[in-house]
Amino acid sequence: MIRFALGRGISLCLSLIVASLVIFAVIEVIPGDPAAFMLGVNARPDTVAALRAELGLDQSLPARYLDWVGGMLRGDFGTSYTYRTPIAGMIADRVWISLPLALYALILSTLVAFPAGIYAASRRGRAGDIGVMGATQLGVAIPNFWFAMILVLIFAIELRWVSAGGFPGWEAGFWRGIGALTLPAIALALPQAAILARVMRSSLLDILGEDFMRTARAKGLSRRRALWRHGVRNAMIPVLTILGLQFAFLLAGGIVIEQVFFLPGLGRLIFQSISSRDLVVVESVVMLLVMVVIVINFAVDLAYAAIDPRLRRRG
Amino acid sequence: MFRILTATATAMLMAGAAAAQDSVRIAIQLEPPNLDPTGGAAQAIDSVLYSNVFEGLTRFEADGSVVPGLAQSWEISDDGLTYTFRLREGVTFHDGTTMDAEDVKFSYDRAMAEDSINAQKGLFADIAEVTVIDPATVEVTLSRPNGSFLFNMAWGDAVIVAPESVDDIASDPVGTGPFMFDRWVQGDRIELVRYEGYWGEAPALARATFRFIADPTAAFAAVMAEDVDAFVGFPAPENLVQFEADPRFQVLVGNTEGETILAMNNAVAPFDDPLVREAVALAIDRQAIIDGAMFGQGTPIGTHFAPHNPDYLDLLDLSPHDPDRARELLAEAGLPDGFATTLKLPPPSYARRGGEIIASQLREVGIEADIQNIEWAQWIEEVFTNGDFGLTIVSHTEPMDIGIYADPDYYFAYDNPDFRDVMEALSATTDPVARTDLLHRAQTIIAEDHVNAYLFELAIPTVAQAGLRGLWLNQPTAAVDLTGVSWAE
Amino acid sequence: MTVPRTLVVGAVISTLFLLLASLSFVWTPYDIETLDVPNKLRPPDGTHLLGTDHFGRDIASMIMLGARTSIAVALVAVGIGMGLGVPLGLLAAARRGTLLDEVVMRGNDLIFAFPSLVIAILITAVLGASAVNAIIAIGIFNIPVFARLSRGAALGLWSRDFVLAARVAGKSSFRISWEHILPNIGNLMIVQGTIQFSLGILAEAALSYIGLGAQPPVASWGRMLADAQTLTALAPHVALVPGLAIVLLVLGLNLLGDGLRDVLDPRLRTVRL
Repeated sequence: MIRFALGRGISLCLSLIVASLVIFAVIEVIPGDPAAFMLGVNARPDTVAALRAELGLDQSLPARYLDWVGGMLRGDFGTSYTYRTPIAGMIADRVWISLPLALYALILSTLVAFPAGIYAASRRGRAGDIGVMGATQLGVAIPNFWFAMILVLIFAIELRWVSAGGFPGWEAGFWRGIGALTLPAIALALPQAAILARVMRSSLLDILGEDFMRTARAKGLSRRRALWRHGVRNAMIPVLTILGLQFAFLLAGGIVIEQVFFLPGLGRLIFQSISSRDLVVVESVVMLLVMVVIVINFAVDLAYAAIDPRLRRRG
Repeated sequence: MFRILTATATAMLMAGAAAAQDSVRIAIQLEPPNLDPTGGAAQAIDSVLYSNVFEGLTRFEADGSVVPGLAQSWEISDDGLTYTFRLREGVTFHDGTTMDAEDVKFSYDRAMAEDSINAQKGLFADIAEVTVIDPATVEVTLSRPNGSFLFNMAWGDAVIVAPESVDDIASDPVGTGPFMFDRWVQGDRIELVRYEGYWGEAPALARATFRFIADPTAAFAAVMAEDVDAFVGFPAPENLVQFEADPRFQVLVGNTEGETILAMNNAVAPFDDPLVREAVALAIDRQAIIDGAMFGQGTPIGTHFAPHNPDYLDLLDLSPHDPDRARELLAEAGLPDGFATTLKLPPPSYARRGGEIIASQLREVGIEADIQNIEWAQWIEEVFTNGDFGLTIVSHTEPMDIGIYADPDYYFAYDNPDFRDVMEALSATTDPVARTDLLHRAQTIIAEDHVNAYLFELAIPTVAQAGLRGLWLNQPTAAVDLTGVSWAE
Repeated sequence: MTVPRTLVVGAVISTLFLLLASLSFVWTPYDIETLDVPNKLRPPDGTHLLGTDHFGRDIASMIMLGARTSIAVALVAVGIGMGLGVPLGLLAAARRGTLLDEVVMRGNDLIFAFPSLVIAILITAVLGASAVNAIIAIGIFNIPVFARLSRGAALGLWSRDFVLAARVAGKSSFRISWEHILPNIGNLMIVQGTIQFSLGILAEAALSYIGLGAQPPVASWGRMLADAQTLTALAPHVALVPGLAIVLLVLGLNLLGDGLRDVLDPRLRTVRL
């Protein structure tokens, strides 16, 4: 196990290094001079040159790369060109919106998907199963931003149950914050719930066909208890894997949803920064997201291998 | 239980209603990148801070007139070169330090310095020297007479700052205005509070929150859900009808100084041929663009000048919608089969939507315009700095900016010495009648030369709660001046 | 052998859209390049089957052309994924355990780790927004999917008797991969291809929605939705129709994929020698 973990750890570091190189390389190519943009249409060339020097855009590429990586390792994500404030602080502010949103969506999708998947598996082939499967087919096919548009139309504009978006800040109260995140979380959760329900169902069906289930029934356990005591617990393993990966996806994939609901989260930060050519912000935030995803994958791998020793062999 | 709930709900509603009496939540589309109106060019900076947090020697009123600001009066020498400003007494900055002539000298010197990052350095170009006579008197000497000097000093780029607080101005602005900067939650809002030490009449509002909502749908939803009290520059003109029909809201549609034009690259073929430029202008149907892109908001213009300005000359007849004549002109120019070019469009909907309509109109006369939707940063680099474009659509929002046609290095590269002469003469003239005549000449020259296709003057729709008073109808400069805003009883 | 219902329904829907998309090359009810602003935002009626949009364009025609765009983008993206991913996967399986295998595996993991939407945004920001660049952005993320799948399937086959026999007979890895492995993973690739196709439709819609896909005057369902956003209260059909089109096509493809899997699955076990 230790060797496995070490091996994975090394590939983790390698992945991070390669990722940082790729990100830096891609971003340096984006057209657009941040200094010219900041100063606007009527600015004079000498003013632009002064700003370029001030922002350190004159240094060589390798120097800027090493500065960036070195800074990140120290926890210093650099300073934003447009906002002139430390990026670490900006990320911290926004993470408290993107992270709860992803968690909220994960919880919602789990609350819906688990019972649905279990129900479908237990009613396999019958009306209940077909109904659930039909619903998930639909859920997977609906684009989440379109679903968001419809939710806003019905619940925010017509019924006025919740506000149409924006975030009042956690200091306005925990429940107010949750209220503001509800519609976005539902929109995000829908396709994930559909996928999760299907995975739950198929994983459970696989388990149900296994020998030990028949043994459990033979021992005298009722169908229900067999399902719960042995079936669900064992089916959870692949499901938990998906959950981990889904969380990473939700975190990164909330970008479009944040746009629709004008939530000041990480996704919106990326959009704004790309528009204003604030390179350092884009680099740092993308690197952060990639790091989170890589680390989650790593953790899931380890957890999975810890549970199922068969997986520790490479390949 | 139910009674507790209703009691709580009522209390909350009342608290909310009571709070609304002296505080306001204003939404605008774009967020300022920083808080230094003398450093950045983004209009959004002025929208939040102009006249609220910062003031200059002169300032703009809602109707566009230039009135005394921090300077209560001034004298101009007979040769027009020396301006002596008498400053108001007892003016303090938000950090408590006094405002005096030294600060004026500091502000102007800072703007004119070699390494200054002031985006409108040109406003200060004619200043030879700033002299402090005494704490309440400052003398500005020009190198040559400039009839627009007082007008220029009213711009947001010429506000007065203090050396004690200027280092952090981008994130912690300290000015002399009736509101103080409280805090900035980046990506979301900026909060201002009333400054109790203000030299002038205290504003009715004690607190103001600016929120930034770029997305048109989110804007609509925010106003409908009453999450904001007013939206200045509402980005979705198609929804105005709904707001007008709703008694909770008022809709104000004012004008701006924004001439929206289809700019042509005069330096590059085939736009270097006046016949081709005229053909493009005649292929355009302005009303279709106003209806389709702006849902009816906007006033057609025949030249680069604001139609609400008394010196405007109506030259719409020089470019009516005439596709047949356009085709004839193209044939005359040697392009009977038309030609292909690029149409680069920045983000605003007047450009994106307007662009689609224009492309379709140009296609009718044989001109294939390849639409490229780009971000502002790209637009500035490709179109504005490098002149790498065929056609583009943009709105020039600085007031009285017809002078850009005198600069042959400006992005559309118009080079006409006759026009430059007119501009030179204008700069030296202060007599109103002579100025009007020169302005008419200038407008006629650029209209007859069809330098660009002049589309319409941008309108600014503001949607607000019905009880809100004092919001500016027009935008003579980028500003959301809250000094006169209050809630009706 | 009975053909499952899902396959039939899925095939019918998918073919319908494919036909509409193909038809759009020669005919659409109206020309969408001529705008008709005075007739904007008309609800569905006799002259316009699905109504008109904010520029007066016929929505039914836009749907047909949008189908063409979505299908083209998703199809080519799958082509890229398969065309580059399958050879990579087969190569890795043939050279199992070597550095090459490691590199392919790690490369796959790395691409999987990148949040695809963010990278797609970056790519289109660098290269410019267009249908072609959307294809590249989506296609890149298809490669590791097919690489991983084909590698996994191939590995399973490498230990089978008939392959061992071929190796003993002296056949090169390349010939073995080409003659024995590839035909037997074909069905798996088809099923996965259908799935990636439907994912591609969704991805293209998302990219177009945020403005990074096909540009005007090329029609695109995602961009139709973005344009329609502020008009939902005024003219709901403008926002509903493109969304329903996306849902229907993706649904059809998913059903088709599921149906194909059910039909082809048993055959996966039989092997052609």
